[in-house]
Amino acid sequence: MMGEPDATGRFGEYGGRFVPETLVPALAELDRGFRSAWADPAFRSELDGLLADYAGRPSPLTECHRLSAELGVRVLFKREDLNHTGSHKINNVLGQALLARRMGKTRLLAETGAGQHGVATATAAALLGMECLVYMGEVDMARQELNVFRMRLLGAEVTPAMSGSRTLKDAVNEAMRDWVATVEHSHYCLGSVMGPHPYPWMVREFHRVIGSEAAVQCRDLLGGPPDVVVACVGGGSNAAGIFSGFAEDPSVELVGVEPAGGAAVGRGVPGIVHGMRSYLMQDEFGQVLEAHSISAGLDYPGVGPEHSHLATSGRATYHQVDDGEVVEAFVLTSRTEGIIPALEPAHALAWVARERASLAGRTVLINMSGRGDKDVAQMMDVLADRI
Amino acid sequence: MAPGALERALRQRRSAGQKCVVPYLTGGLGSWGAYVQAASAAGADAVEVGIPFSDPVMDGPVIQEASERALRAGTTPSAIVDELGRTDVGVPVAVMTYANLVDRAGWTRFASSLAAAGVAAAILPDIPLEETGPWCDAADAADVETVLLAAPTAPDQRLERIVGRSRGFVYAVGLLGVTGERSSLADSAVVIARRLKAVTDLPVLVGVGISTPEQAVEVCEVADGVVVGSALVRRVLESGADEASADVVAEVVGSFRTALDAG
Ligand SMILES: Cc1ncc(COP(=O)(O)O)c(C=O)c1O
Repeated sequence: MMGEPDATGRFGEYGGRFVPETLVPALAELDRGFRSAWADPAFRSELDGLLADYAGRPSPLTECHRLSAELGVRVLFKREDLNHTGSHKINNVLGQALLARRMGKTRLLAETGAGQHGVATATAAALLGMECLVYMGEVDMARQELNVFRMRLLGAEVTPAMSGSRTLKDAVNEAMRDWVATVEHSHYCLGSVMGPHPYPWMVREFHRVIGSEAAVQCRDLLGGPPDVVVACVGGGSNAAGIFSGFAEDPSVELVGVEPAGGAAVGRGVPGIVHGMRSYLMQDEFGQVLEAHSISAGLDYPGVGPEHSHLATSGRATYHQVDDGEVVEAFVLTSRTEGIIPALEPAHALAWVARERASLAGRTVLINMSGRGDKDVAQMMDVLADRI
Repeated sequence: MAPGALERALRQRRSAGQKCVVPYLTGGLGSWGAYVQAASAAGADAVEVGIPFSDPVMDGPVIQEASERALRAGTTPSAIVDELGRTDVGVPVAVMTYANLVDRAGWTRFASSLAAAGVAAAILPDIPLEETGPWCDAADAADVETVLLAAPTAPDQRLERIVGRSRGFVYAVGLLGVTGERSSLADSAVVIARRLKAVTDLPVLVGVGISTPEQAVEVCEVADGVVVGSALVRRVLESGADEASADVVAEVVGSFRTALDAG
């Protein structure tokens, strides 16, 4: 479980490389480049150094006493919200940026939904002195204004994606179109465990550090693994990262939480978009549906191929929560733990809160994938009559 | 495998010492059936009909807009294929669409629906060589020619494998980029055409970025013909994509035919 995909980039029957011909040689080069870097101790130690001294790893494991008492479930948070730039996204971005530089690329391209991946990419570009262009759906630019400013402040160019639903899926389309034209000097820094091979595998490996750290931290605190590991799933990178630390142990339950309005696993059927075969929300003809979620980072109709495989093999289960439950979890966590979560991990929290009866007495590890500062302006409106 | 209708038509043009013109039109856009007929009557050797997809990653702004308009007007893949089945275009038709629409219908079912509608060929830009397996098996069995794309980024050895698997013609991608017009012919267009001509006897047609008859003439010093997409679709959109736009299609396609015949 959660090893390398096969030679065609598949996890079971999901994954592959469904891209325009122009990109195939670049993906093959990226695959070779990643393999060589990942096996190179000098690359690994440079990345580990940045993760420690720049991003602030290891991230703590926090025992949540008041939330646990409230829910009757022992809750632990893996604190990816405390990383530099405020989410787990930095793990992947530092890895890809170093790899891009090693491969002689001078420009980073990225898509972003909530803006967290865009901010992380802009940050890495500033750190390494690279050019950076981020595509962001026009709708998302409006609801995540602060992150747009952050990216620009960091020296990145932010270009609105104006086609389709003007959210994350369209930003991915624009980034891929740009890459088709600029592949010789640009690296596409994809922000989740999705897209054509080798991205789903490579991005998960860059996030494996979340699960590896958490496994050791749980052993120290609990003497063994938790009973359940829960993470929100958009493309699925924070979930893949934390799952990878526990997937080998069949006693640990793995749970992914999707937004009801963007539930590829829960409401989709297998399809092909953005370079991969995976579960996808689509109509009877195969047109991709628009996702609708309170959280821009989960507003995506697809999901990474390894999650499709984990779902069909039964190793992980996937559940849905609605926007209302997410808002309640956002408030609950703020008030019981003094931690304002991002709306994305608030999905994982919402599922635990809803399932508290069936989880009673068990130990649950939740990936706190990001902090809520970026969502505060949006939540001021949502909570206007309560706060 | 014996050449199909598309390959035979293009070879015939080439044997006559002439160059091929294959216009691209978006299915479901305005009076698209009339545009296809007009293109054929104006001297096209074959017509490429796009079946609109919600997320066309190989297409630039013009074809994206055409696709979005056609989808808003309610077009579906089966409506387009059915209409092609009812129409006598007079020249071979190739449909161009994306993998998910084919996968959703089922590879085999889609291939046989094309064959039943008299469609000669299919172009699927997000199915590169390594992923062609299930589709090509289904298409070969239905005798639908699968045209593969060959891009400037491919090393020589890869080009040889692509021409070995392509049927109908080889679609030489003229530049690094998605569909759309360019003010001048990219050097890469002539280079890729020359590299392909060196390794195959299949017709080599250059598409992506061929915007004017002059550029077509220039690239056809090496290539066997051109695919003209955005330059034509833009004119259709600008003229309102109504019934009268068929005249615009005839004019644009005719201008490429005339320029290439004059050499
Ligand atoms: C804090 C946070 N968590 C999760 C996600 C969703 O991404 P993924 O499913 O790849 O972890 C995002 C995306 O923007 C995010 O910002």
